Amino acid sequence: MGHLLEVRNLEVKFALRFGDLTAIDNISFTLDKKEKLGLVGESGAGKSVTGFSIINLISKPGYISGGSILFEDRDLSKLSTGEMRKLRGHRISMIFQDPMMTLNPVLTIGTQMTETVLAHMKVSKSDAMDIALEKLKKVYIPSPEKRLFQYPHECSGGMRQRIVIAIALLTNPSLIVADEPTTALDVTIQAGIMDLLQELCTTEDMGLILITHDLAVVSQVTDKIAVMYAGRIIETGPTEEIVNNPRHPYTKGLINSLPGGLQAGSRLAQIPGMMPTLTDIPDGCAFNPRCTINGPICLEKLPELRVLDGKNHSAACHMLENDQRDK
Amino acid sequence: MDKSNHLLTIENLVKHFDISGGLLDQLSIEKGRVKRHRTIVKAVNDVSLFIKPGETLSVVGESGCGKSTLARTILGLYPPESGQVFYRGDRIDHLSSQQMLPYRTKMQMIFQDPYASLNPRMNVERILEEPVIFHNKSIRSDEVTEKVAEVMDLVGVDPKWSDRYPHEFSGGQRQRISIARALMVDPEFIVADEPVSALDVSIQAQILNLLMDAQEKRGLTYLLITHDLSVVEHVSTRVAVMYLGCLCELATVKELYNSPRHPYTKALLSAIPRLGVRQPKHIRLKGEVPTPINLPPGCVFHNRCTYADDRCIVEVPKLLELPSGTFVACHRVEEGRLD
Ligand SMILES: Nc1ncnc2c1ncn2[C@@H]1O[C@H](COP(=O)(O)OP(=O)(O)OP(=O)(O)O)[C@@H](O)[C@H]1O
Ligand SMILES: Nc1ncnc2c1ncn2[C@@H]1O[C@H](COP(=O)(O)OP(=O)(O)OP(=O)(O)O)[C@@H](O)[C@H]1O
Ligand code: SF4
Ligand SMILES: [Mg+2]
Ligand SMILES: [Mg+2]
Repeated sequence: MGHLLEVRNLEVKFALRFGDLTAIDNISFTLDKKEKLGLVGESGAGKSVTGFSIINLISKPGYISGGSILFEDRDLSKLSTGEMRKLRGHRISMIFQDPMMTLNPVLTIGTQMTETVLAHMKVSKSDAMDIALEKLKKVYIPSPEKRLFQYPHECSGGMRQRIVIAIALLTNPSLIVADEPTTALDVTIQAGIMDLLQELCTTEDMGLILITHDLAVVSQVTDKIAVMYAGRIIETGPTEEIVNNPRHPYTKGLINSLPGGLQAGSRLAQIPGMMPTLTDIPDGCAFNPRCTINGPICLEKLPELRVLDGKNHSAACHMLENDQRDK
Repeated sequence: MDKSNHLLTIENLVKHFDISGGLLDQLSIEKGRVKRHRTIVKAVNDVSLFIKPGETLSVVGESGCGKSTLARTILGLYPPESGQVFYRGDRIDHLSSQQMLPYRTKMQMIFQDPYASLNPRMNVERILEEPVIFHNKSIRSDEVTEKVAEVMDLVGVDPKWSDRYPHEFSGGQRQRISIARALMVDPEFIVADEPVSALDVSIQAQILNLLMDAQEKRGLTYLLITHDLSVVEHVSTRVAVMYLGCLCELATVKELYNSPRHPYTKALLSAIPRLGVRQPKHIRLKGEVPTPINLPPGCVFHNRCTYADDRCIVEVPKLLELPSGTFVACHRVEEGRLD
């Protein structure tokens, strides 16, 4: 058997009035069971669109225009709508920033959970209730028996996100895609949810794709990281490598601009300018207008991801040879 | 406390919101008698603190703990239920809007969402001119133009863009423009409520640097509200920690991060995600945050606190100054049973 998930040369476009825009450009990565991948990058980099592609939730005007997604050795693009629907929310679950994307405000937690179970498994209603209860316990919801009869609005934001995770677990998925699951939550609650997701990957034998703009959070949880910029992966590798030995000037810039570790009150390193929008992606390397080590080639040629060493670390930059740390 | 040495002094400030709705919504029949129920959000409860000239005082705490309400009450945007606010020793919380005018230029505010706070129908020049002309009707137009150019330059927005509209700028540039607008009237004190939360990491650093530069160049005093505790550690002089509308700890940034004293501060700081630190041992809080509508008796933190005992359930802990200069409101600390 191959990887749990293998994304190959994925390309996603949005068909707009003035033509097609490429939102995701030639992205490839793999994920194994129990493995945790962090997708990081700033707003508009293409993190969510990548996540949505995996569960085939890209809706018009967006469409997958190239590449393939293999999940448990099946090519998702070759599945019928029915088969895909079965896979989504069964073998693959998605968690969103806003728990109310998943929760129905007018149904009790118990009703929503048992309905999900009954839609996917042939069990009795009372068995479905037992499964719901078991999952609520797994995500450490206090007094889970009581929660079953409550409505979403009776729960705090952190509790709701735990309930969403419990719902995601109902069908024993092998992959969870979590898109900014704690961005709206306080740090104390975020820490608890991150612990939980990590623990579940091990106990439930699941793969996790954690999408977030927060490098610090990702570095605590994941095994490997893919940094996205303007629709492409510009650097990827084991988490320790990316954090301690970033090679792409953008990744370096991101890490250096974080306040942690610096002398308090000193000026932060800043990356000049901002990420281009899809309509004005520059020729050559998309980062070149903001780059400080660029050369003439960066204006002409798109840099491909290149493996840097034996540690599965690769970066897409023409100028790495000029980089001190390369020697 | 010598109020005239402080830029701002806040004493026992209380701000409640009545969210009962109309009279009919408030009425119900109990045991055959009509009863009137009011629903009060106790957003800020008995907060006392001072802000020294030139410092950055940050306010932290979870969502809904009253940070923005505290700031707005200080600025006179909300009338307090009780308590007092002093600006350089002058009491300002009970002033009429006319009497408040001279203080309005001294105190400015920057918001999280620069888009919502900038008038979309005005170009940058008008956005920047407006507050100056409002507060100084006799100012000459060439003086205004000069001032606009000076401030745009300071915040790093090219003055030749002054005829553009807010939607033509990126989020980071819009935040620069709202900082520029605040600086136009030469304020002494700026409240920045989540000024970088809506911005990308690479842009956050630009704005934080700008705020630090402006403070240095103009001797500004900041009240900074942000949920990013790494940012707080980097830019603050002192930090106030709030929980359910109450002040639980106030200390210099060094003291607070090196030796947090209040059980809530300890939990909060232990949960900060740090780059490359795997599975930190953060303190797990039990229970759930009560609502500010039903404020718990005693210490507002007691139902989540691992150190709570009977005294905590009935008696409100007072804010106490420790030898280190830290202020903390906790019975266990006062009794010397928690370090
Ligand atoms: N429905 C749509 N129509 C047109 N363009 C879209 C649509 N959805 C997304 N895009 C574009 O695709 C790009 C990638 O968006 P995506 O939502 O994946 O970014 P992201 O990395 O998740 O950002 P964020 O951190 O803000 O969530 C953006 O430029 C966005 O404008
Ligand atoms: N205008 C208002 N009317 C009624 N209730 C309000 C009003 N403003 C704030 N509140 C309530 O007062 C409490 C404190 O709110 P506040 O906005 O000050 O919190 P905060 O600490 O700034 O939170 P956040 O981090 O989410 O911005 C909350 O319970 C809130 O719902
Ligand atoms: S006063 Fe009691 S309940 Fe409150 S923080 Fe201190 S020990 Fe905990
Ligand atoms: Mg997104
Ligand atoms: Mg607020």
